[in-house]
Amino acid sequence: MSEIEAIYAIWKREIIRFWRDKLRLLGSFVQPLLFLIVFGAGFSFVKFGQLNYQQFIFPGIVSMSLVGISIASGVSVIWDKEFGVFKEILVAPISRLSIFLGKALGGATTALIQGLIILSLAFLINVNLNVYSFVVSIFIMLITAFAFSSLGLLIASLVDTFEGFGVIQSFIVFPIIFLSGAIYPLSNAPEWLKIVSLFDPLTYSVEAMRAVIINYSYISIQTSILVILLFSLFASLTGAYLFGRKR
Amino acid sequence: MNERNIIEVVNLTKKYGELVAVNNVSFEVKEGEIFGLLGPNGAGKTTLISMLCTILRPTSGTARVNGFDIVKEEDKVRKSIGIVFQDSSLDNRLTGMENIELHASLYGVPKNERKKRIKEVLELVGLEDKANILVRNYSGGMKRRLEIARALIHYPKVLFLDEPTIGLDPQTRVNIWEYIVKLAKRENITIFLTTHYMEEADFLCNRVAIIDEGKIIAIDSPENLKRKIGGDALIIEAGEKEKIKQVVSKLSFVKRVSEVDGKIYVNIENSEENLPSVFEALRNNNIKIKSISVRKPSLNDVFIHYTGKEIRDEIENGKKIPKHMVRRL
Repeated sequence: MSEIEAIYAIWKREIIRFWRDKLRLLGSFVQPLLFLIVFGAGFSFVKFGQLNYQQFIFPGIVSMSLVGISIASGVSVIWDKEFGVFKEILVAPISRLSIFLGKALGGATTALIQGLIILSLAFLINVNLNVYSFVVSIFIMLITAFAFSSLGLLIASLVDTFEGFGVIQSFIVFPIIFLSGAIYPLSNAPEWLKIVSLFDPLTYSVEAMRAVIINYSYISIQTSILVILLFSLFASLTGAYLFGRKR
Repeated sequence: MNERNIIEVVNLTKKYGELVAVNNVSFEVKEGEIFGLLGPNGAGKTTLISMLCTILRPTSGTARVNGFDIVKEEDKVRKSIGIVFQDSSLDNRLTGMENIELHASLYGVPKNERKKRIKEVLELVGLEDKANILVRNYSGGMKRRLEIARALIHYPKVLFLDEPTIGLDPQTRVNIWEYIVKLAKRENITIFLTTHYMEEADFLCNRVAIIDEGKIIAIDSPENLKRKIGGDALIIEAGEKEKIKQVVSKLSFVKRVSEVDGKIYVNIENSEENLPSVFEALRNNNIKIKSISVRKPSLNDVFIHYTGKEIRDEIENGKKIPKHMVRRL
């Protein structure tokens, strides 16, 4: 019981801090909007059945927008280390897993809020969402955000500085996005790319979102969701284990 | 004061590779006392307190806090203690109240008591009007007081304060001392603090352990420690040091003669009465001196007595850069 309260308290702190710093919402929209509008317009000659290119990449853009924000949420741990808050939380009589979960859920929630705003742009490009696809999308977004927040925290538990975090972050975010097929269909990709993309957790999120929103996918939605969940489990358990190890 | 030992440390050791930060230390702290760990920077104070707070694992030996083993019963120890770290550990972007509420949740303070308790501790440190201000707008002294209030929320049995007034100006320091004395009385709590300020240990502590290079070299009340080194200190600056040492050590009331930093320290009893005899002896031997001063014994003299060096030496020689000078404020 007290563990759940602790998770809630840590989650709440992330939300309060996010809310006091709302301006950072703006920055996170630039990249996905560029992809959706500029990239989308540039490739408007490409058609996928009745779908135009914008409509085709839309689900992937939503997934993709979650990755950057979620991983970046790990920086809050570096911040906490720098300002001593981490020590105060680590020495509380609660498990490291609870601390980790509170942080990961906090990061996932803020990413989800931003992802929802991107999702709501669906009407702009004539993508229709019904209740079913909306609810399932949110579920996929939530587990995606949780998975990548856990990854961000895992990275943050390995490095101690903002610079170190930044280096690893820039090293992995773009490969994750580009290999996932968020902006091209994997079904027509060369064999090597298909194989490599299977090792990218974002691939499964993109595939699941496409399956739900535009009914166009190459991996089944069940498989995709299962893989995201397994990846979440792996990232959060490893992260919690590495979190604040004692010296 | 109760005779129960609330902290028992047995052969506690912490090594970092070749470096022995805490070297086979044993002592007890009685329930209800204000106990101080006094020593220069780098003496192992923070390492020792971190082990007692379950932040670091000992290399060997163990300790019990409130009856619980610091290695095997980590969570029970954590519930029994409140900690104020040397460096600030507040979230600057939250208000004072939000910082305290977070802590209350992490330590599982029952919801129905929480409000009342938060009000109590904020009042204790005089911050009840400032609770809804963002911590980034607090002064250094206010931050310290908030941290002390926060550490008390869950009714700890022992409050650990690691260098509670480091980096604060003298006036704020005295102000924090007053709060510490007040809370010790009101909360009926044992306080364990580390410090490298002798006046702080002298003013606050019932008992002081002097630590140097990872070892405890003396432990007693400040009064007894000072009494044991024998009387007042005469500090003489002069050219003919060896001759002075020879002359004064023959005097019956001189207990000890030593040299620190080019000055001669002479411990004598009853300096008011015996000082003229010292002058006489020096004059009879034709010794010229540059200056002479008398000092009532301080804990610094105790430290000099046991280690042959001053506490502040270590800081000024830059053996180790003090942490407070490199941290971000």
